[in-house]
Amino acid sequence: MDARNFTYMFYGFTAAWLIVLLYVISLARRGARLKKELEDVKQLVRGERSNQEDLFPNRVG
Amino acid sequence: MRERLTISLAAIAALLLANNLHAMFLSLPDEAMQGAIYRILFFHAPAAMVGMIGYFVALTLSIMYLSFGTFKYDSLAASVIEVSLVFSLVNIVTGSIWARIIWGIWWTWDYRLTSALVCILIFSGYLMLRRAIDEPTQRARLSSALCIFGCVDVVIVWKSIEWFRNQHPGPVLDFRTGGGRMDPAMSHVFYLNFLALLLVATTLVLIRTRQESTAREIDSLRRLAHAA
Repeated sequence: MDARNFTYMFYGFTAAWLIVLLYVISLARRGARLKKELEDVKQLVRGERSNQEDLFPNRVG
Repeated sequence: MRERLTISLAAIAALLLANNLHAMFLSLPDEAMQGAIYRILFFHAPAAMVGMIGYFVALTLSIMYLSFGTFKYDSLAASVIEVSLVFSLVNIVTGSIWARIIWGIWWTWDYRLTSALVCILIFSGYLMLRRAIDEPTQRARLSSALCIFGCVDVVIVWKSIEWFRNQHPGPVLDFRTGGGRMDPAMSHVFYLNFLALLLVATTLVLIRTRQESTAREIDSLRRLAHAA
């Protein structure tokens, strides 16, 4: 009973930390994806702006 | 500034957790009836408490969103609920492992366990609902309403061990019983570990909130690109 008791305590601690660890990994992956997406959209906006400037060079504002 | 705060909180939480683990394994003896497995309590109950505090913070933020219409409250509520859900999951999994040894079963449909499972299902639904709706105002309004509804179940989870006779043990913590149900040395480590988990949760919420604001920035830049 005692050995089994200790083994299950170990399972409990492992499960607790594994759940938190998996969430942290998912947060890190999501953060990296958002960072890349932000760069892509910024580049898209810059591209649109330079296209507009090419089409209407005399436009003010 | 915010990054420094996140790192500081994470560092304090790590130090506190190391100290608590040392106390749990090297200072505290095994419990007379349960043996070594009782140590799961140091993560099981604090994880539930952190989750419940998170749901009530999200409830306040959802009400604030519905009152003032500021999207910041809505995205903060979503971040808090996501992190709280992780801690609720830790609570239910560790509880199930403890039950396998003490009760001889992984699960039973008693009031506490069932209401805790329903709570996880409701707030998982909250996150699914947010993914399913693209229009920001509608998404924020509906998810705030669901959060308010979900918090009714959180109250049932909290009070179920007082209202009903359960298989789940009754209240043992000092602030619910007035003291005497838990050894002071054990309850000291328990509250320290609650504090450590609360710090871990706060760190995760800070990281998640920053991601939400990045997502909002991406949305507004996309709209700007389409409008151009």
